[in-house]
Amino acid sequence: MRVEVRVFATLRRYLPELGIGEAKVMQVAQGTTLDEIRETLGLPGDEVKVIMVNHKQAFPEDLAQDGDRITYIPAVAGG
Amino acid sequence: MARKILRINMADLSHAYEKVPEKWAKWAGRGLTSAIVADEVEPTCHPLGPNNKLVIAPGWVSGTPAAPSSGRTSFGGKSPLTGTIKEANSGGLSSQKIAKLGLAAIILEGTPKNGAWYTLVITKDGVEFESADDVLGKGMYEVDEILWKKYPNKPAVIGIGQVGEEKLSNAGISVNDPENKPGRYAGRGGLGAVMGARGVKAIVVDDTDGPGVEIADMELFKTGRKKLTDAITSHDLTKPNGGLNSFGTNVLMNIINEAGGLPTRNFSAGQFEGASKISGEMVAEMVEKREAGMTGHGCHPGCIIKCSNIYPDADGEELVSCVEYETAWAMGANCGIDDLDYVAMMTRECNDLGLDTIEAGNTVAIAMEGGLIEFGDKEGALGLYDEIRQMTPLGRILGQGVEATAKAFGVHRIPTVKGQSMPAYEPRAIKGIGVTYATSTMGADHTAGYTIAPEIAGVGGKVDPLSNEGKAELSLTFQAATAFVDSTGYCLFIAFPILDIPDGWAGMAESVAGVMGMDITGDDVIPMGKEILKIERNFNIRAGFTSQDDRPPEFMRYEKLPPHDEVWTVKDEVLDEVYAWVNGK
Repeated sequence: MRVEVRVFATLRRYLPELGIGEAKVMQVAQGTTLDEIRETLGLPGDEVKVIMVNHKQAFPEDLAQDGDRITYIPAVAGG
Repeated sequence: MARKILRINMADLSHAYEKVPEKWAKWAGRGLTSAIVADEVEPTCHPLGPNNKLVIAPGWVSGTPAAPSSGRTSFGGKSPLTGTIKEANSGGLSSQKIAKLGLAAIILEGTPKNGAWYTLVITKDGVEFESADDVLGKGMYEVDEILWKKYPNKPAVIGIGQVGEEKLSNAGISVNDPENKPGRYAGRGGLGAVMGARGVKAIVVDDTDGPGVEIADMELFKTGRKKLTDAITSHDLTKPNGGLNSFGTNVLMNIINEAGGLPTRNFSAGQFEGASKISGEMVAEMVEKREAGMTGHGCHPGCIIKCSNIYPDADGEELVSCVEYETAWAMGANCGIDDLDYVAMMTRECNDLGLDTIEAGNTVAIAMEGGLIEFGDKEGALGLYDEIRQMTPLGRILGQGVEATAKAFGVHRIPTVKGQSMPAYEPRAIKGIGVTYATSTMGADHTAGYTIAPEIAGVGGKVDPLSNEGKAELSLTFQAATAFVDSTGYCLFIAFPILDIPDGWAGMAESVAGVMGMDITGDDVIPMGKEILKIERNFNIRAGFTSQDDRPPEFMRYEKLPPHDEVWTVKDEVLDEVYAWVNGK
């Protein structure tokens, strides 16, 4: 399956080859969880505060689906 | 020395120090400005007329030694933009200096004879009423510079730009930052026009040899201060090199875009294809690339979060401080503009002219929707600020904000509640913040009850932004907590760490209890916040507002917002639940 992954803010340092907002396209097996993809990419679990899939809130144990747009987000907020 | 009220009457150019009456004794910051406005301002008065007042109050802990990030000043009055009670608060130099002069609040009332304009100079010895001839008609960059030359003790300068002088409804109040730049604003609701209506162009606050802030229980204060400081410096969002310190509030641009809740081209879509180009990450990249400006800038002395920035131009010269999320969104995504330099130039125009950036960006977007210029026309957009500077008839309309401009251009997609335009979160994609916009005592205002924390950021819990479930209660809890934090003098951003770290929450309350000698704990935060909301709500009721005013704009109920294709579906009865308790239901 093909998924695309984005990371923002302080998490960008783990995927420095990506421009701002640029996606990493990955092939993953059926049954792969969002947490496993995070692990594969070397994103520390304690730095990922929120995950979004296709613009909606998602959870680490959720299974990735073909074509998913996955975003890992660190602690953010503001005003 | 007990705190005092400084009352300044512009009609006869007199001033008097008054004991803080018992009914106001426990309040500071927003709690105090709202209590004074509710008691002394007739709710049905014209906001620009002789019966409105401008009340200025530092928070409970402002001016105390090393209370972290505690430089917020509250400004209150009846708003010319909304017709409601208004509190807008700002960073900058003023809060700590007013507090160190031993003042709980400054009440500005009356109108000068013969249309004269004044600069007020407040020191430990009283108030001097100086002619404002040397600063009148000037923008805030020049005003700050002139007044720092004239008054060499690096005073706080509270001032209004040309828009406030003309008493237009989108006039904010500027406070100078530690480098004496006018980037800090009590922006929302047109309080700059209320200051202008008092004939005051600027207020210089020099705290030299002031009595300082009395602390009732130093041990308790120190205990609370340490707990709060530890929470701020350990939370991933607020710690050194954390999200806010590295990227500022604009760290949100890409995230809210990803959530499909970034209002784009006058609230017609929830995603902007150019979001990454105007994001906080891009600000940091420009600072690095141009080897100028900075991220991690503090807006007031003693801030340990430092979310501000100084944005450089292509020649490496300082362009503006600061490009924050709301501003980048309002000038950028909402106008279809993806050029950060133009965003920064427009921000500088706002800071100079004395405009609230949220309302200004929304106003330009309305003008674009109305066909004055095209969405994405950055030169055209920048030129509209010059219309305001020249005070052309068009500029005067734009200076009045979104609703006046929408009428002038026949636009009906108007993203306002109670006359004030919405900030950078789309209610159709993030329902809780829509409940806050609809019901807040201030008009559409994200800071009034920032449900974004749990709805998007996973701070203070995690809830689904697209769900309507539990959003009335969530919004009320955030609105009450905010009313308390807005009274402390602490920056609202301390809320993020202390929502996740209970010791920090307790520490905030203990530091307040220590200063004031009040018997309060963390458990009192929400009830005291609700007391403030009740004061504000009742002012609005007396001004003629009803539950029918607690509604999001009509178009949000029938226009689907991509990418979620959602409309506003929270029922009116649910909105009415938020403040039902005020009237005993």
